[in-house]
Amino acid sequence: MPKCKYDWPEAGDRGLIGESIDRVDGAVKSSGRARYSYDVHPSGMLYARMLTCPYAHAKITSMDTSAAEKLPGVKAVLVIQPVGSEIQWAGDEIVAVATTSEAAADDALRLIKVEYDQLPFLVNEEDLSKAGDRAKPSAEQKSGDPDTAFKDPDAVISEGYYGAQVITHCCLETHGSMADWRPDGKLKTWSSTQSVSDLPGQIGEGLRLQKVDIQNSDIETVCQYIGGGFGSKFSPDRWGIVVAQLSKQTGKPVRLMLERDQDLEVAGARPSYYGKVRVAGKKDGTITGWDSDTWGTGGMGPSGNPPVPYVLEGIPNQLKKHTRVNTNIGPSRAWRAPNHPQAAILTMCALDDLADKLGMDPIELLKKNIDFAPEILRQAYVEELDKAAELAEWKKYWHPRGDKTPGHLKRGLGVSIHTWGGRGHASTCLIAIHPDGSVDVKLGSQDLGTGTRTVIAITVAQTLGLPVDGVNVMIGDSAYPKSGASGGSTTVGGVSGSTRRGAIDARDQLFAVVAPALGVEPTQLESVNGRIQVTGDPSKSLSWKQACAKLGVKTIEAQGKNPGQCKLGDSGVGGAQIADVTVDTETGLVKINRMVAAQDCGLIIDMKTAESQVYGALTMGVTYSLFEEKVMDDQTGIMLNPNMEFYKLAGIGDIGELVVHMMTGPGYDERGVIGLGEPPVISPGAAICNAVTNAIGVRVPTIPITPEKVLAALAKGGMA
Amino acid sequence: MRGKRDKHRRPPAAKGGVTRRDFLRGAGVTVSGGLLVGTQVGKAAQAPASSAVAGPGAVPVTLHVNGKVHRLQLEPRVTLLEALRNELDLTGAKKVCDRGVCGSCTVFVDRRPAYACDLLAIEAEGHQITTIEGIGSKDKLSPVMHAFVEHDAQQCGFCTPGFVMACTAFLERNPNPTLEEVEKGLGGNLCRCGTYAGIRLAVLDAAKAMKGGSHA
Repeated sequence: MPKCKYDWPEAGDRGLIGESIDRVDGAVKSSGRARYSYDVHPSGMLYARMLTCPYAHAKITSMDTSAAEKLPGVKAVLVIQPVGSEIQWAGDEIVAVATTSEAAADDALRLIKVEYDQLPFLVNEEDLSKAGDRAKPSAEQKSGDPDTAFKDPDAVISEGYYGAQVITHCCLETHGSMADWRPDGKLKTWSSTQSVSDLPGQIGEGLRLQKVDIQNSDIETVCQYIGGGFGSKFSPDRWGIVVAQLSKQTGKPVRLMLERDQDLEVAGARPSYYGKVRVAGKKDGTITGWDSDTWGTGGMGPSGNPPVPYVLEGIPNQLKKHTRVNTNIGPSRAWRAPNHPQAAILTMCALDDLADKLGMDPIELLKKNIDFAPEILRQAYVEELDKAAELAEWKKYWHPRGDKTPGHLKRGLGVSIHTWGGRGHASTCLIAIHPDGSVDVKLGSQDLGTGTRTVIAITVAQTLGLPVDGVNVMIGDSAYPKSGASGGSTTVGGVSGSTRRGAIDARDQLFAVVAPALGVEPTQLESVNGRIQVTGDPSKSLSWKQACAKLGVKTIEAQGKNPGQCKLGDSGVGGAQIADVTVDTETGLVKINRMVAAQDCGLIIDMKTAESQVYGALTMGVTYSLFEEKVMDDQTGIMLNPNMEFYKLAGIGDIGELVVHMMTGPGYDERGVIGLGEPPVISPGAAICNAVTNAIGVRVPTIPITPEKVLAALAKGGMA
Repeated sequence: MRGKRDKHRRPPAAKGGVTRRDFLRGAGVTVSGGLLVGTQVGKAAQAPASSAVAGPGAVPVTLHVNGKVHRLQLEPRVTLLEALRNELDLTGAKKVCDRGVCGSCTVFVDRRPAYACDLLAIEAEGHQITTIEGIGSKDKLSPVMHAFVEHDAQQCGFCTPGFVMACTAFLERNPNPTLEEVEKGLGGNLCRCGTYAGIRLAVLDAAKAMKGGSHA
């Protein structure tokens, strides 16, 4: 028997939990029937688009919307930023129109005349010497005695420059929503959002700031399916307020989805981090000091200091400086595992260079220093490094720096480790068991494609002893009980916790109704295999339907909450990844042979969608390591690649073999459920950088590792 | 690396002699001002009077979609994708890049795959258009759709309908593909969540499942 009422079943009794189960919305998606916000299209709906600023930094000096207002098909013109406004990035929204067709919206925007005074701008930050007063140094952080550590004559010191570029989120469904402000004063939005429960409040606040009167309780947000978020879709954004204003103004439903170029320019970017890093170590590999001077940009806002030294945070004798650079590139947003992939590059590449200087295998260096990692994860890291090394055939393929085999194709392996929190968020749910045996689970959560619906269905089905399709999962509507936003890998822990507790309470209510019929106390019952039975005695049982029929006309309802009684989840996961690449020293092209991930995340609910998270993370990791970059033009201040032919995502032929191993069993499962979305996307960058270095014998300092950079590095002193 | 777009995935030339990419969207076909670029457009604009010129206002357009005939009034600049989504409420084809790069809007034109964002609706007249709604449903999955579920070849699902269409067409041309052929043949579709590993397995598996049986 579990120690605490709501505990997860013990190993051997977990049934569906941890099995590889198809996602419950797989068929609706693969058949093209899933309705995204972009697809919602009620009769009479108007199309909205926005005119944006073509300059990186400017002041609006005049505006004339009269011609657009007269154009047939134009139902509303809304000035978002009036004359006199100072604009801080190209692509910022100036005027919105609502029209009867998409084409009319384009025509209307072309007729709007806006004049600007251009102002000085900065859009590139890698060369800090050009940042001038845009550079904002933060206070130096010091621990121990770094001076002495680096002056120690016995210390081996490695020094290097590393960095990660600004990238965008590039969600395939652009940001936006469809808003319907009805005659009764109620507003309903179909929003592409990671935050269904919180959005109405944010929309209400945004509207009231625009002097539009509405109560939060009169706003409902729906998001059944979302075409990607990755951390960029937590708030309604300005366009989410504008579309509601347009709907109110016109009395029609209005849809406003960003155009692709706008989405890439303004709807989210991952901050860059560059840094000069020194690491000191003893000859036996023990790290004795860390010195980093880092900088980066998150647009005009703060993006935080990178969490370095990463994972091995207990390295003694640290000196850290960080400078934020304010640039006119558009706002930064949380990008899957905010700041961690960049910190992994700054740290794991520096440690790889130290290992090379020491003549050590980098995996041995990490293990040697693993006591600098948080205690709870040390054992996991050692096991994960061993597992990843085995799966990547590290002993066979890794070699000291520089592939010495003849020819222009050089193969190399690189390693990185990572961590993330992932504790379940606050979540409430309502579970209903109906007299006909049907079961509804309602909560204002959302499924970003991570498998949230599936996890909920499995949790409730296993708890009630039903098949997965015996549970009707209802999410994606703010009218349901409030559940947290999906960010920071908090959803799986949140929704599995709330629905487990709710399902146990609902089940116990059912037991109380059924027990007299079976002549036992409710505590003697169990729900397994679609039956309510006396524990261990299937001969004294009722089928689920028979049992529910005893409810008469009364539906059982139970609320579930997370956090709550009993420990169902935890925080803090580790993972190790190894990249195996081949570099063509004639063309500079990097080809991924294999990516290996060993990842823990506590108790896994659905193995299939869990593995998909890791496969996806490795793929995204290949993309940000080799291909994508928000390229800003120093001359004009605009983004040069706001489209999908030049904002490059990896294709199906670019990713190599992906090998995923989820760490399960004793030491992992009993921690309960922990989130998985962020952690596996952290290490690919560092692992690929280290693999390229291992292959060609010289470091390509920054990602993306383009052919041009590879050839430049080789020209500087590698093996050509 | 990139540039693996399948050369065969080209829509047929429309009857009027004006093909895709001949237009810069947002300009009427009859307007030949500075907004239009491309040599083909120049030729179209100078074409003899016998070459039909339509628009810029709405014109009658007849589309054959999933075996049904739809008579619409559309401006000539409306793309096939916009017509499918906005006029016929067939929203399986997604608007993502809107310029013939990502494959999320893949449909069949006379059973050959095409990017619906890259064709004008009037170009599709006289051709049989098939959308994902025409090859299966959630209760009656096509073999490729089924394989996508089985191998979890989808996450957010936004690229999925386009991939299912591309995979279906690919397997019609190449019923016994190798992994390498899959990677080349499906290079014209992009995914952000990173579902390629599942898609590779799904295509190879669907190929097996479709042996000897007809589909879609």
